[in-house]
Amino acid sequence: MLELLKQPWHWSVAGVIIGLFVPLLLIVGNKTFGISSSMRHICAAIFPANISYFKYNWKAESWNLVFVAGVLIGGWVGAHVFKNPEPIAIADSTKSYLQSIGIQEFGALVPTDLFSWENLFTFRGFIFIVFGGFLVGFGTRYAGGCTSGHSIMGLSNLQLPSLIATICFMAGGSIVTWLVIPYL
Amino acid sequence: MKAIKDIDVLDFETQNLADSPTEQRTAGGLLKYLILGIGFGIVLVKAEVISWFRIQEMFRLESFHMYGVIGTAVVVGVISVQIIKRFKIKSLGGEPIRLDDKPFSKGQIFGGLLFGFGWALTGACPGPIYAQIGIGVTVFIVTLLSALAGTWFYGLIRNKLPH
Repeated sequence: MLELLKQPWHWSVAGVIIGLFVPLLLIVGNKTFGISSSMRHICAAIFPANISYFKYNWKAESWNLVFVAGVLIGGWVGAHVFKNPEPIAIADSTKSYLQSIGIQEFGALVPTDLFSWENLFTFRGFIFIVFGGFLVGFGTRYAGGCTSGHSIMGLSNLQLPSLIATICFMAGGSIVTWLVIPYL
Repeated sequence: MKAIKDIDVLDFETQNLADSPTEQRTAGGLLKYLILGIGFGIVLVKAEVISWFRIQEMFRLESFHMYGVIGTAVVVGVISVQIIKRFKIKSLGGEPIRLDDKPFSKGQIFGGLLFGFGWALTGACPGPIYAQIGIGVTVFIVTLLSALAGTWFYGLIRNKLPH
């Protein structure tokens, strides 16, 4: 059983489990699935700075902060207890393209030649690690949700705005992937 | 206070911040969310959806993997929500389940594009940022702090942005 769990999970298995988080959270506590709002609650808790967007009772949303703490622990469990002994198997075409733009490390889930402390203060590292993170935080709040809040929860509830947001997530990601990353 | 309520309607992940109920927040009550979060983190890692490589594959249309994961999740979610609505299923606390309709805003376009840029660069949406830290790619702590700065900056200038 453990051997089976250690292998990478098939997309259909993962998709079903992720989809089930929508009814699980609704039934367990009448909560809508969505992770990026945790960042709003953290701002509200630590540094509200008298900004009206952060003046609300964040403690009533504690469940969301506990959930993301769980995601962090789950990341550790997934990578250690259920450690996949093989390197990630990505498409050959993606791999050869990435090699052509200077990526050499394919052993981990992220290219360690981009995402490392040594790289943080290089131009490339700053763009991928710091600037990218800023856009994730700013963009998800401006859009009112992220992949979980819009693309999973919103689409599950057949919300047209969530479809618009999801199309824009994909468009934005495609623009950077095709037109920016090759030149960074 | 009306302005705050209006803008909160645009937050798809929080149902009623302006009139948040004081609900029970005992350790036992929160434990179930910790367990659910751990489960979600494990799936994110084991399905490799937190992998920067998988995100590149997805945007380059060179693998079906990510589309399969998200597509299956949406199908399961849609069916689940329909069942909950059709049979008026209640939460474990006995309340009717709330599923509000949310309005369109230009933020879904502008913010959506900006998040897309960041998703391609970091290879991570918010959930995977937390999971990456757990895996031990500790430089994602900087990505998280940066995302918090972005969230805070949005809060600061949101009244000047088109919505």
